[in-house]
Amino acid sequence: MSEKPRTLFDRLVRLPPFVWLAAFFLLPFAITLKISLSEPATAIPPYLPVLDWRGGLDGWSSFLEALNFDNYATLSADPLYRDAALGSLGYAALASLILVALGTPLAYALARAPSRWQPLLVALVVVPFWTSFLIRVYAWIAILKPEGLLNLVLLRLGLIAEPLTILNTDAAVIIGLVYAYLPFMVLPLYAVMNRLDPALREAAADLGATPTRVFWSVTLPLSLPGIAAGAALCFIPMVGEFVIPDLLGGSETLMLGRVLWTEFFSNRDWPLASAVAVLILAIVIGPVVLFRDSLRSGEGDAP
Amino acid sequence: MSGTPPRLELDALTKRFGAHPAVDSVTLALEPGEFFCLLGPSGCGKSTLLRMIAGFERPSSGRIRLGGRDITGLPPHRRPVNMMFQSYALFPHMRVAGNIAYGLKGMGRSEAAARVAELLRLVRLEGFGDRRPETLSGGQRQRVALARALAREPELLLLDEPLGALDRGLREETQGELRAVQRRLGTAFVVVTHDPEEAMMLADRIGVMEAGRLVQVGPPAELYRRPANRFVAGLLGDVNLLPGRLGPDAAGGARTVQTAHGQVRGIAAAALAEGAAVVVAVRPEDLVFGGTGLPVTVAEATFLGDRLRRTLRLPDGGILRASGRPADADLPPGSQTCAGFAAEAAVILPA
Repeated sequence: MSEKPRTLFDRLVRLPPFVWLAAFFLLPFAITLKISLSEPATAIPPYLPVLDWRGGLDGWSSFLEALNFDNYATLSADPLYRDAALGSLGYAALASLILVALGTPLAYALARAPSRWQPLLVALVVVPFWTSFLIRVYAWIAILKPEGLLNLVLLRLGLIAEPLTILNTDAAVIIGLVYAYLPFMVLPLYAVMNRLDPALREAAADLGATPTRVFWSVTLPLSLPGIAAGAALCFIPMVGEFVIPDLLGGSETLMLGRVLWTEFFSNRDWPLASAVAVLILAIVIGPVVLFRDSLRSGEGDAP
Repeated sequence: MSGTPPRLELDALTKRFGAHPAVDSVTLALEPGEFFCLLGPSGCGKSTLLRMIAGFERPSSGRIRLGGRDITGLPPHRRPVNMMFQSYALFPHMRVAGNIAYGLKGMGRSEAAARVAELLRLVRLEGFGDRRPETLSGGQRQRVALARALAREPELLLLDEPLGALDRGLREETQGELRAVQRRLGTAFVVVTHDPEEAMMLADRIGVMEAGRLVQVGPPAELYRRPANRFVAGLLGDVNLLPGRLGPDAAGGARTVQTAHGQVRGIAAAALAEGAAVVVAVRPEDLVFGGTGLPVTVAEATFLGDRLRRTLRLPDGGILRASGRPADADLPPGSQTCAGFAAEAAVILPA
């Protein structure tokens, strides 16, 4: 591609994604970054300094001088933010592990289902998206609360004597995360598994491998790029997740998304909230870079 | 070979997909050490038959026996049969040595390594053990696939279009190698191919399949000389077909056929009633000129170095093709002559 002479049309075709990213990612991020270096103020907007375009060069220099890293100092000094960051990573990591464990057999079953059933089964995986995310999370409240559906069933079956306390605990947050993100795990993994040459499985069986060995020695290693893609696709948004911990978690459920919300809406501290947003981004960039490497190695250089 | 059971026995093996029989009551026995080719056009059921022997398809009815033991119900991983796949199906996440050793589970580490080295030597790929499959050429991949399929010393090796993915020059070289490996190991091979030349080059015996049925089994020369029907006659090479009516039974010898251009004689491929509509199949190289025979006009003569190909026109406009040594009779285009053939060179087939 790169050897070919680029025509004007080629260049124009490449432009929209860059414009899109610049307008809807880079610019907002620059604004967020700027606010994170400001100080809160009782004003509209509620932070200082505000760049005065009419001030010319002097206005710019006084504006830049007023910026500082105080909010980041607060983030590192106050253990609340460290705990929230670790909490976010912990919840996201645990949920990702469960998602891999649940999503892999599910995707494998989808990929091995008779081909005429597959479109329907894939549609069933996607069907929850037809209902609002918020409503589905509220539904989990109805399922998990002490007098909820789950406890009702367990009590009736005689499996428990007293209602379990699940709602407003870490367990509820993990259940909610796993439920909400399962399609994002299953779909990329299914796409990879579905593309695997069936002759590879047959060759393994032909060479004496039991179905279990075929799965562990052929199907799973060749599906690793899909597992990596699915895990990254789930882990990254889960780190910044707000709705699930807010609705299903307890007061002690500490996640960055919630902290951000509190700073922004309750404390009206836009600069600190922006600093938390930048922190989330910084945390999430790590897995993205890792994921890119694993994708590259998945293209034939895997162990 | 009497006493030892046949290596492979197929007994009325049938596979139906819905109502359509992909393989229709195939019965066949293979001798130990035999190189057998299943030949037929795509969709004739030869690959399905191979996959049933390997265990990937469950027969709708019929039995498969290997060395006298019924293996019809065994899953692929429990059958002492190995298969070389058309796409080779090398594991892309393993090195060449890992691919070949995949079937050697349960063997000691050093023993397996020695076996891998031995197999690499057999397929002339010494020193390639650490390579990744994607770094190999098509011919090298084919040889890795062969080594991997032979690693477990199968009682029977199945090869699905083993040379299909190779280009022409490499294919001829590889045919010879495949034959040599088979002779050396004495393992029975069953090759599926759609290429008649390849089948004749490789096989001790060929089984021709048409629409799910095994229509004829025999050594290449027999199939070429004595095809059982028009399909087999046309599949294995160029053939002239003369329609006519069959004459009276001649007690085991050649029978006469009355064609539009006169009477000819040939050997009947099957018991056919007098007066039946038949075709007489004659290979181009069996036509001789002069003497008695069909009156023809030479329409075209093409010099091909080792042979001279002639197109002959019959009085009714029908075409015959002849192929002979260039030094044969000097017959320029336009000359009229008679084209005849020995009765033993002609096969009378049902029309």
